[in-house]
Amino acid sequence: MDKGVLYRIAGPVVVAKGIKARMYDVCRVGNEKLMGEVIQIEGEKTIIQVYEDTSGIKPGEPVVNTGEPLKVELGPGMLGSIYDGIQRPLPVLIKQMGDFIKRGVDAPALEQEKKWDFKATAKKGDDASGGSIIGEVEENPGIVHKIMVPPNQKGKIAEIKSGKFTVNDVIGKLDTGFELRLKHYWPVRVARPVTSKLKPEAPLITGQRIFDSLFPLAKGGVAAIPGPFGAGKTVSQQQLAKWSDADIIVYVGCGERGNEMTEVLTEFPELTDPRSGKPLMNRTVLIANTSNMPVAAREASVYTGVTIGEYYRDMGYSVALMADSTSRWAEAMREISSRLEEMPGEEGYPAYLSTRLAQFYERSGRVVTLGTKKEGSVSIIGAVSPPGGDFSEPVTQSTLRVTKVFWALDAKLAQRRHFPSINWLTSYSLYLNTLEQWYAKNIAPDWHSLVGEMMSLLQEEDKLLEIVQLVGSDALPDRQQIVLLVARLIREVLLQQNAFHEIDTYCDLKKTYLIMKSILHFSKLANNALDSGMRMQQITSAKSKDRLSEVKFVKDYEKLLVEITREMEKELKA
Amino acid sequence: MKEYKTITRVAGPLIFVEKTEPVGYADIVRIALSNGEIKNGQVLDTSDDIVVVQIFEGTAGIDVDTRVKFLGDTLKLNVSKDMLGRVLSGSGKPIDNGPEIIPEKRLDIIGAAINPYARASPHDFIQTGISTIDAMNTLVRGQKLPLFSGSGLPHNEIALQIARQAKVIGKQENFVVIFAAMGITNEEAQYFINDFEQTGALERSVVFLNLANDPAVERLVTPRMALTAAEYFAYEHESHVLVILTDMTNYCESLREIGAAREEIPGRRGYPGYMYTDLATIYERAGVIKGKKGSITQIPILTMVGDDITHPIPDLTGYITEGQIVLSRELHRKGIYPSIDVLPSLSRLMNLGIGPTRTREDHKQVSDQFYAAYAEGRDLRGLVAIVGEEALSERDKKFLKFAAEFEDKLVRQKREEDRSIAETLDLGWKLLGALPANELTRISPELKKKHYKEEGK
Repeated sequence: MDKGVLYRIAGPVVVAKGIKARMYDVCRVGNEKLMGEVIQIEGEKTIIQVYEDTSGIKPGEPVVNTGEPLKVELGPGMLGSIYDGIQRPLPVLIKQMGDFIKRGVDAPALEQEKKWDFKATAKKGDDASGGSIIGEVEENPGIVHKIMVPPNQKGKIAEIKSGKFTVNDVIGKLDTGFELRLKHYWPVRVARPVTSKLKPEAPLITGQRIFDSLFPLAKGGVAAIPGPFGAGKTVSQQQLAKWSDADIIVYVGCGERGNEMTEVLTEFPELTDPRSGKPLMNRTVLIANTSNMPVAAREASVYTGVTIGEYYRDMGYSVALMADSTSRWAEAMREISSRLEEMPGEEGYPAYLSTRLAQFYERSGRVVTLGTKKEGSVSIIGAVSPPGGDFSEPVTQSTLRVTKVFWALDAKLAQRRHFPSINWLTSYSLYLNTLEQWYAKNIAPDWHSLVGEMMSLLQEEDKLLEIVQLVGSDALPDRQQIVLLVARLIREVLLQQNAFHEIDTYCDLKKTYLIMKSILHFSKLANNALDSGMRMQQITSAKSKDRLSEVKFVKDYEKLLVEITREMEKELKA
Repeated sequence: MKEYKTITRVAGPLIFVEKTEPVGYADIVRIALSNGEIKNGQVLDTSDDIVVVQIFEGTAGIDVDTRVKFLGDTLKLNVSKDMLGRVLSGSGKPIDNGPEIIPEKRLDIIGAAINPYARASPHDFIQTGISTIDAMNTLVRGQKLPLFSGSGLPHNEIALQIARQAKVIGKQENFVVIFAAMGITNEEAQYFINDFEQTGALERSVVFLNLANDPAVERLVTPRMALTAAEYFAYEHESHVLVILTDMTNYCESLREIGAAREEIPGRRGYPGYMYTDLATIYERAGVIKGKKGSITQIPILTMVGDDITHPIPDLTGYITEGQIVLSRELHRKGIYPSIDVLPSLSRLMNLGIGPTRTREDHKQVSDQFYAAYAEGRDLRGLVAIVGEEALSERDKKFLKFAAEFEDKLVRQKREEDRSIAETLDLGWKLLGALPANELTRISPELKKKHYKEEGK
């Protein structure tokens, strides 16, 4: 073992002497063996960021270099768990040290005692390379955990058996002598390899009308969701975690509020997945490193999250990763960087900020996996918390350079209680055209053109509102007043969605489609009525259009829509 | 324990000591000046060669002959039930001429983070008796909800009114108020203490005072002292603790001062890059823990520099706390107390604390409708300034009038007025009566049927 002594301690960054470490090796610091990671080497001095509080640690205490990088333990039992930033299971930590997080405690990420029912699918003599699936375990009801050969191994299977095993038991061997287990380790800062990356072609269906219709995200794509505080970032992220049609959700609470994580923890087990009918928690891995937990572990938390995501992707699943918030992650980098007295870039952030962000987001994608060639994907949705809501700051800007979907949150909309408060004029999705075919094939041929009409009506409304600001709405010609009327319907019926209403919280694509269709139908009827001489007053006062929002809150919406449409046609009959 | 006389450098609130035995990071330090005065400090940076110590009382009078003693322990607060009714200094020493506090326990003031898995979801509705808070920005037990104010605005009065009136309906429980003052004037402090004395609240309060003329560095420990005391009462004596921290702006200025003295690379506006994490270690100490009866609710007060909500202090605070109550200079000028501007205000935990079983079934929808209608009315004021009220449509005129009535009837209340949530909501329906039924798009037809009555009909 490589041993040395502490030389200097200043907050989460300590300096050791006498160890011969490589960059990013994990070290055990001080008498209490706190976990840390090498982040800089200067001659005989090794600089280590420590994942736990360093109060009371003295120069001269021992430092041990484990010689290995920061790794995660990957195997069955992660789904439904909650970890801190370095994959320590929080419920186990409570048992070991009570309600508060103290230091110097280590706990394995996976349950070590639990026996899993392993069914081998590979047999002796099969070729096995990294990523080859050799068997299965039912991790949670309905979710099959595929056991894979670790990506860096290769050989023929010399031995394999089915049966009940713990994650540590040997289930087989390669002819190289490598022992196969249900679990394996992977360093968090290294992307897991794939055979090839594919172009995204299917949407990540979120059940949120504004995302699914106007600004869709593709499976394997990346979205950024920036907004000032109070604009609804966290609610949006949670909605996505709840209702996205990904197979596996990894939710990283990075430097955010403790009570919010509790909300997720209490709510998710009670909610059912609209597709499988099972509790949402069954497909979710939570990583919680709240704002007051050690800052170095916060820096590590997004890597821990994305590595777990990649692992499930390698089984052939579609994974969605929510990182809330990447700004806190960037701030953790800044904090560590400033303790290292590095030359700062913009606003004190390290000069490598955008490189790190890009590297992280590049770990997303739709891929052909290694070994058993299956298709899997990781989609990343990163929340950004720009100071003062100013999108020109470095984290937002660096993020926008690599993300293809931009969901801009708007505090003004939030103040009006227009939720989700996504600004429809500044947001964009570069996947609209890529996904056109998918929607045409799976939902309706005219989906794409409906979306286009919605967008142009909203833009026209924006222009008209500027005029209204000056002269009042009565001064507008009738035709334009209809545009305002229809745009208002788009905003109130299509875009607004109540996350706290049991029915409206999730809206399937068919319902979204029918709502768009009905709004445009009204627009057509209103214009026709005007042509045949109906007075504007009469059109504005049509009661049927106000009833459209009722559709959002009922289960049997199709019946209601038929009824409203009939009423609309009656009211606007010339 | 060894004493050192090896100070090599004094800079701002920091001293640099050489040739020491190994000293622990964050350990406390006692400094004896040549004139016999004793000062306290804490280790900020320790190495074989040099130890950097920040002095809480300031470095005035320190020379190279000053003796430095490292106590080998981190900063702790003596706690006991006898603290109730006492006034303590910003570093936890009695300053009310009363007896020393006999410690029942000595607790580390750097509280450990609550394990997120140990937290219970906060959901007890706290009725503050202030309509704008109860109806639209509901405070929930275990929440941290700051007051964003500006200089000259009545934040102290509002905080006191909350402290006086806050209750969970239908429950009789241990209730403790912990008040921590950081860098406020003696006059302001007296105002708080007098009010506590008059209302008899002092008996169930602990006051920590760091006044404007007290050392700035001490301000960095004051909120931590207060929260350590709060944790003691909440988790060991099953009390519901309300912590008022004022003024967080002064706290942050001290943080910047120390950062500058240590020659750190500054972040936005000169505040240190770790200010977010540092503030989080204060604010995140609010909460409810599973299986424990007590709770900690925080109302930090901060004055926004130049009324700018994007300034780093309110900005970082807003990202950590569960909402914010924003005071408005415009309302204050109109003579409306409490001058709470509901539009930028928010309570993130509101939905957990309201609804049929906790407050009333119509609470959420009435609140949403208020926001939408008041926002529309306020927008129209801008239009009126350009085209005049005459040019507005009948509908718009109604919204304009609603906004004015809303401010006058719902926002405005007396300093002693304790409105129950039912009173507030009923008043709300009365105001909504001024708008036509089809404009109330946030309210379901059933609720409208039950509560809505159009004005004059």
